[in-house]
Amino acid sequence: MTRVTRRYKFAASHRLNSSRLSEQQNGELYGKCNNPYGHGHDYVLEVSVAGPLDAVSGQVVNVQALDRLVHEQILRDFDHRYFNADVREFLGDLVPTSENILRVIENRLSTHWRGVFPGDWPHLKSIRLQETKRNRFELRTN
Amino acid sequence: MLITRRAEFSASHVCGQPSLTAEQNRELYGAASNKNGHGHNYVLEVTLEGEPDPVTGMIFDLKTLKEVIQKNVVEPMDHRFLNYEVFPFDKIVPTAENLAAEIWKRLEPHLKGERARLRNVRLFETEDLYVDYGGGGHGADQ
Repeated sequence: MTRVTRRYKFAASHRLNSSRLSEQQNGELYGKCNNPYGHGHDYVLEVSVAGPLDAVSGQVVNVQALDRLVHEQILRDFDHRYFNADVREFLGDLVPTSENILRVIENRLSTHWRGVFPGDWPHLKSIRLQETKRNRFELRTN
Repeated sequence: MLITRRAEFSASHVCGQPSLTAEQNRELYGAASNKNGHGHNYVLEVTLEGEPDPVTGMIFDLKTLKEVIQKNVVEPMDHRFLNYEVFPFDKIVPTAENLAAEIWKRLEPHLKGERARLRNVRLFETEDLYVDYGGGGHGADQ
């Protein structure tokens, strides 16, 4: 089993504010991330996939196909956007924390995985999202 | 406990299958199939797993580890065209996946200490693409 990790970047803004909490509670919980007009990050996204080495191609994954999937499903929608106003999953009650962004990414990639990789392999193993150099979140997907 | 040593080498390669057409190779490998090849500054991270010796406080002699990597990987591969100059890439495609597996095969016999064993080979082809290989089993699942 070999694991391949690909790194992507996108710039986006967000505001952490839960519609189910009061203004004061939001301020205490999210601190400066609750500032009313939002703020932005240069996010770094790492996608890890794993599988057996294909004897013919010498590859675990067609990286170009993975790139197309990530561009179409994630980067095209997220890059240079405001999560709270531009990305459909965050138009309602869902707060665009990195944790929730990871779950949205996982959901989008999983939904379209079979269309791009119809065989048994590769599997999506892990998604990591770096908000700043000091914050990294990881969702292990299998 | 895990310990990781890093090394770098620069090499060129071209990815293509003689059994496939130029068009199929382009679809599979993209720009990496351009016929005259291209180069990378590969970064290799070799991870050993073990327990420190109670007397020396070491898992493995790191000078030895450095020499093993230097002699078996860096010296034969640095500033070489992998397809023409490095066995077995005259026969198999020098993808990052195949390269990681070959590096594992070259290092593993030299890294069987009393208290340590090779756990993972991580090879960065670029800053945005890396491969983890943990031997025949599921070592990359760490």
